[in-house]
Amino acid sequence: MSAVTGAGLVRKTQDDGAGQGHAQGHGQGHGAHHQRGAHGSFRSYMTGFVLSVVLTAIPFWLVMADVLKDTFLTSIVIMGLAAVQIVVHMIYFLHMNTKSEGGWTFLALVFTLTLVVITLVGSIWVMYHMDQNMMPMSPHEALQRP
Amino acid sequence: MHEVTAPPGATAPVFYELEAHAHGDGGTLIGFWLYLMSDCLIFAILFATYGVLGRNYAAGPSGADLFDLRLVAVNTGLLLLSSITYGFAMLEMEKDRVDTTLMWLAVTGLFGLGFLGIELYEFAHLIHEGATPQRSGFLSAFFALVGTHGLHVTFGTIWLVVLMVQVRQRGLVIENQRRLMCLSMFWHFLDVVWIGVFTFVYLMGSMR
Repeated sequence: MSAVTGAGLVRKTQDDGAGQGHAQGHGQGHGAHHQRGAHGSFRSYMTGFVLSVVLTAIPFWLVMADVLKDTFLTSIVIMGLAAVQIVVHMIYFLHMNTKSEGGWTFLALVFTLTLVVITLVGSIWVMYHMDQNMMPMSPHEALQRP
Repeated sequence: MHEVTAPPGATAPVFYELEAHAHGDGGTLIGFWLYLMSDCLIFAILFATYGVLGRNYAAGPSGADLFDLRLVAVNTGLLLLSSITYGFAMLEMEKDRVDTTLMWLAVTGLFGLGFLGIELYEFAHLIHEGATPQRSGFLSAFFALVGTHGLHVTFGTIWLVVLMVQVRQRGLVIENQRRLMCLSMFWHFLDVVWIGVFTFVYLMGSMR
């Protein structure tokens, strides 16, 4: 890091109060020095909003109108749409990129997502197999056992 | 690191910042992001619990019997609208306009309250029909997951009101801007969690 970018940081912080220097949108320039949430534009917020509305409306329509007539296929499609919408929110609303805070926010996100995947897949996998290996028994039978 | 250099003709030393700081805000924003990531893990555990218990109805009602998807669609719309209005508040904050910032924050808060009102109505309706958290593993996991999200929205709304008072009293000073940015992340993060909730719990639970 050079003294020039350091000086730019100081000037940028002062500019926040004066309300200048944010018109250039996000994702360019000195990414490491942008404060998150401070560099969205009206255009990027509206893009994110319209995309989110579409990505919300499609799964509700698929399920409420039972368009695909197939539960498994519908599940796969709406999970895919949810994943896309989460990425849209991350980029347009949370202003996620790989450079902010010197890349540490992105690294923390990747690490968290790794733990989330291990938690979800591990729990469901293990519990599903335990369920499969148990003796079949209805809740009523389970209550009658000594 | 500071280095002292006396320019020619000057008597007082001049300080130059030679090392760039990674966090111009004292590290608050990255720290708050790390808090959100830990919150994300809490929700991951609740989602995992729901994933395991979500189909254990104990001969009780299932999601297809209980959920009113039209209500959930309205709730999803309210939360999405509150996200965009919070974005507008942030844009007004950058232009240093106190009144319009407060106006958009108030609109955001009203959407948040609308969301909470509908959710509480839904919970009251479920409990009235006997679908309490004690009824089955599915309902325990449902109330734990959706209730925790609702609790987050509740505290987010309280935080929003507190910040509106602070902005009214002190204006958009740098500290209030930082606080508004933290709440911005929190609020948008809750909307991200809600995407998972309406997809996994409501939509997939409504399909037989």
